[in-house]
This record gives sequence, structure tokens and C-alpha cells, in this order.
Amino acid sequence: MSITLKTFAVASAVATAFAAQTSPANAATKEKCFGVALAGENGCAAGPGTTCAGTSVTDYQGNAWTLVDAGTCESMDLPEMADGSERKGSLEAVDRDLPA
Amino acid sequence: MLDDERRFDGLPARPGVGYKPQHFSALQADPGPVAWIEVHAENYMGDGGRPHAQLRALSERFALSIHGVGLSIGGETPLDRDHLARLKTLCDWAQPASFSEHLAWSTHGAEYLNDLLPLPYTDATLARVASHIAQVQDVLGRQMLLENPSSYLAFADSTMSETEFLAALVDRTGCGLLLDVNNVFVSATNLDLSAQAYLDAYPLAHVQEFHVGGHDEDHDDTGAPLLIDSHGKHVIDPVWTLLEHALATTGPKPVLVEWDNHVPDWPTLRAQAQRAAKALAT
Amino acid sequence: MSDQTTFRQGLLDPSRATPDGLKGPANAPAGKRYDVYRNNVTHSLIAALQTAFPLVRKILGGQSFDSLAPIYVRAHPPKSPVMMQYGIDFPAFLETLPQLSKLGYLPDCARFDLALRGSYHAADAAPFDLAAFQTLPPDEMMAQRLPVAPATRILRSHWPLYDIWRFNTVADAPKPRPVAQDVMITRPQFDPEPHLLPPGAADWLDRLAQGDSVQAAHDATLTTTPEFDLAATLVVTLGKSAFCTDEGR
Repeated sequence: MSITLKTFAVASAVATAFAAQTSPANAATKEKCFGVALAGENGCAAGPGTTCAGTSVTDYQGNAWTLVDAGTCESMDLPEMADGSERKGSLEAVDRDLPA
Repeated sequence: MLDDERRFDGLPARPGVGYKPQHFSALQADPGPVAWIEVHAENYMGDGGRPHAQLRALSERFALSIHGVGLSIGGETPLDRDHLARLKTLCDWAQPASFSEHLAWSTHGAEYLNDLLPLPYTDATLARVASHIAQVQDVLGRQMLLENPSSYLAFADSTMSETEFLAALVDRTGCGLLLDVNNVFVSATNLDLSAQAYLDAYPLAHVQEFHVGGHDEDHDDTGAPLLIDSHGKHVIDPVWTLLEHALATTGPKPVLVEWDNHVPDWPTLRAQAQRAAKALAT
Repeated sequence: MSDQTTFRQGLLDPSRATPDGLKGPANAPAGKRYDVYRNNVTHSLIAALQTAFPLVRKILGGQSFDSLAPIYVRAHPPKSPVMMQYGIDFPAFLETLPQLSKLGYLPDCARFDLALRGSYHAADAAPFDLAAFQTLPPDEMMAQRLPVAPATRILRSHWPLYDIWRFNTVADAPKPRPVAQDVMITRPQFDPEPHLLPPGAADWLDRLAQGDSVQAAHDATLTTTPEFDLAATLVVTLGKSAFCTDEGR
């Protein structure tokens, strides 16, 4: 990329960013933070009484845990990639990892 | 930093609510009798963002009580100096009318257990808690209020009652008291004691704030009632009656409605604040 | 052993008996009254984990996540009373579970949840003055240092992290493509928002955070990512409020 081309592209990108900039809603009210607002709150209320997972003596060892297929991991169809170290950098490298 | 005009000398002797972010707009649009709010200190210990902005906005309009839940004042572990420093930072910018914490422990060694754990009422516990309260008041440069816990069991080692213990702490440290009458009801039921007798023995002259809240019902191994301080429903009538008994002695004081689990819509919580206003008027 | 050491031991270990010296009414043994505290501790930490890692929970499903959570909370109780910080070592914990080896992307999803929460609670800063920046001649733009806002977070992933987030969060979003994606989270005011970064942009932002000029960061990034596209990177970073003004920091 020549200097002229690059600086032109930069000025044009800045103009694009400026035009696209969204002015944030100003109220402290409106939430669109994907549930993060109530994540990790401290409280002083008690929990569920005498019965719940807290007193279950079974299935609290890592090797006793099993993954049941109820989430979205099945429907995402992501290929089982091996160690990610091969996939650093370009997207082509990732594509080469995939089974044909 | 709030300027001096917006500081409050103390909480008003009127109803307050435990603030929930989901009520931010509705609370301001229609506060009903609510004159002040209480927040859990730890939820405002981030560096900024919406929690701080909301607290600043609400402080323009409502008196503020900061209620710590994580200091572990009853802990055998020394108080966490970093946490005390965070509390000081928060109190310095939010300038609350009141700061309170719990007679309980929650930190052991380097672990925070996220619950208000119980204490035996002994001379050794008294000396330790008194020294921790003195340390808190020294660092914050203000008086703190101490709240009575909900008890699910008692310690064979205890040598004094909870009311004797609290009175001794007030004597030694000059702290004030936050009387949670739901906790009195819960503990009295759970330990088969009289809630009224607890109030009669309690140093009511030092109460600067009341709490009421809802609880759940469970049972112990023998089938005896075991009440759980869940803050997940409306306040039951016997708890309002206890509050009114206490208010008859203390005169009007700030009364907080706590509702932390299954948080209802604003009108439901406001109705509980209206009930508190009625208790204050009788 | 101290009283509280004894009391604490059973809280996160349900196989232990109720400690001695605890009683109910009429000096009856405390029995399951102690379980109330066990449940408060365990349940509250599990609940904290559920709200803290919504993306991981969506991917695993509630049942798998909720049976995994007790293992984590018992092995890794919080180290600070500030619960908004809980779960820092959850990504590393997920990496240790052989049952999750097929979901290699999951630890990055946990890092994503952490980053969103970190951004939410980050310090406020005065927004970058893009209107003024826009009036500069291009060579002056290139010489500028752009302060990265305290709420901006960069996530590098070998997985399609941005696509995974969208697929699990935005209605009708397409399935993740099999590509590596770096993600930038910015907070224009109070709400953190994830954005897909072009290749190399994460390195460029790191250089800016270390004080490099736009030009110097660009030149350094080109040495590791020859296809680095400064214009595309500027559009997303400037347009999505990645920067602040120095005075605001």
C-alpha cells in the first residue's frame, strides 16, 4: 500500500466511523447488556433452606460429572478442532484444519 | 463526589426500600412513601459504569444507606484491609447517611463464603467483634450500625444472650444498632424463644434503623419449624406487629423493607413500604 | 482447630458431619439446621456462577451447567467479598475437565462472559473526540496516540468466538463459521457490546494501549499480520467507542 493510498484510506475510514457512530442512550435506565447487570451481585438473603445441591453428597467430584446434550453445543455444529496452537493467525490456517 | 447540600445528616424516620436495579425508573416515577434507599456496598465496588451512575442519580433524590454484607466483622480472620479501603472509597464518594454491617462472619482465611455465618456469644467473640467494629469506625471515620442475625442454630459454648452481646458491643464501641425484626422473629421461632422477650431485653435506645422482610418456612429433623430468612416474599403480620411494638418504645425510626429473592414489580414493593408507613404512623 | 475452621470445613463438603457444639432448641443436636448454612453457601455461589456465565450456560444447557457448578464452587470458593469478581479461574477450570474436551471453544466463551462483566463495571471515561480527530490531516491522524478506554476488552480466540456469542444471543443469528475470531468489547456508555475485530486489530490495539501512535502500532502489526487492514480496523474501533480522552482516565 502506498503512503498516499494508505492515508486516503485512513481519512475515509475515520469519516465512515464518524458517520456510523451511534450516540449512546443517555439514561442510566435502559439496559441492553445481555444479563450482565445482575451478574455476581452480593446479597444478604438466605437460600433454599435445608434441601438443595448444597447437601448432596453425590456427583460433586469432577470425574462423576457428565455432559448431557441440552444446550446449544450440539446445534452449533462446530468441528472438533484439536489443540488451537495450529490456528493462530490467518483464517486460511483455520480452514486447512477442517475436515473436508 | 456529592457536594455538601446533597449530604444527609441521618436517614429519615420514614420507609425505605432495598434498592434493586430493575426498579430504577419505577421507583423515581412513583416512590410513594419511600424516602430513602439501601444498597449492598459490594455491588458498588466496581470502578464505574451504570451501578455508579444509578447510585449518583438516586442520591439526588433519596437519602442513602450503605449496607455491607462482606466485611466478616465476626471473623476469626483479621478484617480484610483492602475491603475496608474499598468501603472507605465508596463512603467517601457516595456520602451515605448511614453505614451498617452484620453480626456474622463470611471470610475464613483467604476464602469468602458468601453467607452470614453465626457466632457463639462468648467473651472471646465479644473482644474480637468489638475490636473489628472499632477498626471499621476508625477507618471510615463514622459510626456504624450493627445488625442482629437470623439464627438457625445456637452454640453450646455461648455464655450470654444475643441481646446482652449487642448491648456490650454498643458499650465498648459506641456503634449504633440496626434491628431486623424479621430476624428476631426467625431466630426466636427457630430457637424456641420469645420474640417479644427479645425486644424487651434489646437495647432499643441505640436503634437507628429497622429492617423487615419476608421469610420461608421449613422444618428441622424433629419436625420443629425452621424459618429461613429468604427475603423472597411479603412481610407477615406478626413481624409488622413486632415492629410496631418496638416503634412504640423507640418512636419513629427509618424502616427498611428488604425483598431480595423473587424480586416483585415495583407496585408490590411500594405497597410494603406503604405498610411500613402505616406502622410508623401508629 | 478454631471454631470457624471447624464450621467452615463442612460448608463445602457435604460428606462431613454437622460439627459438634451446635444445637437446636432444648439442647437438641443441630442436625440439618447446619445444612441451612451449607445450602446458603453452595446455593448462593452456584447462583452467582449461573448469572456470571450466561454464554457458557446457554451452550452447555442448564442441566449440565448446574451439575458442573457445585464442583467448581467447592473447589474454588471466592477469594474476595466482591462477588462481581467471582469466577476469574472458571475458564481454566473448564479446560481441566476431560468431559469438555470436545468443546474446545468453551473456555474462551467463559472468558467472553468475564470480559463483558469486567467492561460493565470498568471505570468511566470521557469519550474520544472523534469530531475533532476527523478534522486532522491524515498524517497527523497517523501520528496520534489513541487512549484505549478502560471499559474496552480484547479477546483473542482460535475459535469463532463472535459467531458463537451471536448464535447464542441474537435471534436468528447464523451458525458459527469455522474461523478464528478476535472480539472487542466496548462500552459506549453503560452497556458493553461485542464486536468482531479484523485480523491483527487485537495486536494493533495492544500497541496503542502501550502508547504507540496509530502509525507505529500499524507498522508493528504488519510484521506479524501482513494482511492487517488499518482502515477496516479504524472503522470498527473508532465507530464503536474503543477509545477515550486522556483527561477522562
